[in-house]
Amino acid sequence: MADIATDYAAQGTKAKTKSLPEAVFAWLLIGPAMLFIAVIVAWPLAETIRLSFMEARLGGEQYVGLANYQELAESKKFHQTVVRTFYWMFLSVGLKLILGLIGATLLNAAVPGRGLFRVLVMPPWIIPMAIGMIGWLWLYNGYFGVLSGTMMTLGITDGPFEFLAYKQSAFYSAVVADVWVGTPMVTLFFLAAMQGVSRDLYEAAWVDGAGRWYRFRRITIPQIMPVIVSMSLLSAIFTFNSFEIIWILTEGGPRGATTTLIVDTYKTAISNFKFGQGSARAVIIVILLGIFSLLYLNVLKFVNRKYGTK
Amino acid sequence: MMDKYTKLQMVGIYAAVTVFLIFILLPFFEMFMASLRPLEHLFRSPYQFWSDDFSFQAYSDMWETVPLLGRYIFNSVFIATAVTLITMVFVVPAAYAYARLEFPFKNGSLAIFLGVNMFTGAVLLIPLYRVLRSMGLLNTYWAMIVPGVAFLIPTGIWLLRSYLEKIPRELEEAAFVDGASRMYTLRRVVLPLATPGLIVVGTAVFIGAYAQQFLFAITFNQQRELQPLPAGLFEFIGYQDVTWNQMMAAALTGILPVMVIFLFLQKYLVAGLTAGAVKE
Repeated sequence: MADIATDYAAQGTKAKTKSLPEAVFAWLLIGPAMLFIAVIVAWPLAETIRLSFMEARLGGEQYVGLANYQELAESKKFHQTVVRTFYWMFLSVGLKLILGLIGATLLNAAVPGRGLFRVLVMPPWIIPMAIGMIGWLWLYNGYFGVLSGTMMTLGITDGPFEFLAYKQSAFYSAVVADVWVGTPMVTLFFLAAMQGVSRDLYEAAWVDGAGRWYRFRRITIPQIMPVIVSMSLLSAIFTFNSFEIIWILTEGGPRGATTTLIVDTYKTAISNFKFGQGSARAVIIVILLGIFSLLYLNVLKFVNRKYGTK
Repeated sequence: MMDKYTKLQMVGIYAAVTVFLIFILLPFFEMFMASLRPLEHLFRSPYQFWSDDFSFQAYSDMWETVPLLGRYIFNSVFIATAVTLITMVFVVPAAYAYARLEFPFKNGSLAIFLGVNMFTGAVLLIPLYRVLRSMGLLNTYWAMIVPGVAFLIPTGIWLLRSYLEKIPRELEEAAFVDGASRMYTLRRVVLPLATPGLIVVGTAVFIGAYAQQFLFAITFNQQRELQPLPAGLFEFIGYQDVTWNQMMAAALTGILPVMVIFLFLQKYLVAGLTAGAVKE
């Protein structure tokens, strides 16, 4: 404290000069970050929109109007991809929310060792996804993986089962791996929210003779509802955009069974250098996510009003 | 009293926690088991849960199979460190502005930052590829650092803002009344007080930067010596066969840096990362 005071004194005369107006100072502070985002995110976004009206390859580009979009509108394969993406998102996010709620409730229980449990839940969240997926590749391996091995030992299958080789099993295997990556974050956010609920509420209910289940349903859930809603939006955006998981496990295969919009975009643009067609897909992703987020923000507003927070 | 559980309930809770943790930790456990088995043993059929010739041989062989492995790990740490430092330079002033100052278009600009989170890299890869190419940054460290920074700035601002809001305003106001300039106040009063928050947010950014390298690496960088570990690991998938045991050993070695940092700071990290979830 003392040296801060002397520092002021030393600076005194110089600092007495007029200081910047608050708004100017604020924008000086935000400016660099804004500029960076503008160059690396906003400008490429505008470029994506422009390119989506182009036939663009490595060689050059040519204006083609809405041709790229028209092609997508008429493509049955693309329709299937859109449906698959939403199915992927709702299924995966639903599982993450359910598991997150169960996990948070368990970790919130006042039992010895819960600090340790909380630490052990974190790893899938903090390690590089690509490395986690190497683990899942191994688990799903038909010949050496523990899952197929267990199934053989139990006699469920009589030979090795390659989880990632069949359309159905590959899709659900990718969902499980995605849930594995996303669950820790959801769990810890729910846990933090649960720990923020006032104990008085529980005690009052307890004195009135309310059981655990009743308290969970009538106090915990309503109190953390805003967090549940905002978490499901965040989680939905992540899941919709989830690329690495699918790319490493299956590269969108077998025969397109795990190709979501984001994987389709990557394959079109980066693997096949069809920048224009890829951009049209990217624009559709942005529009879909935009609509989805707006809907959600309205739900959030409604929930906040209903449960009276902020 | 209220929190007391019966014996049976305790058993139920522990059983459920165990099942939950098995799901979370099974991949790590299996990776570790695979890393201990000799290669020819991995391919033994029928599947064996236990074998008697476990060894740490793979942990020394892996450096020879993929000679650049050490370099890949270094690259990962180097890229993540650079991303963290640069991100923090952008984040600290901006987070301060959002935490303390009133200015036109405050909420709108914050919404723009947070909106960036909606576009995880893959959507922007095409033009980003062209931007980086025109800047001559493809196939350099910068090709992985620059996009990394852009996608971590919003999270950083968000986390640090909620930390700064908790610091009492009185000291700043006192300094300001004494005639200190705004910049001086920020540098000499706010930053020292915010050091713990800076460490937490910096660590969170580092973990994020370490985790997000794969996509940028496989898309913007073709130079082997610059590849970070998540991309380099796939070299264990050779032309002839996959040295799974060494790949697992290398993968586990590669997550060691983040795990160590995380274990030291986990208490603060969890609180810092989930700050938005708790009602003030």
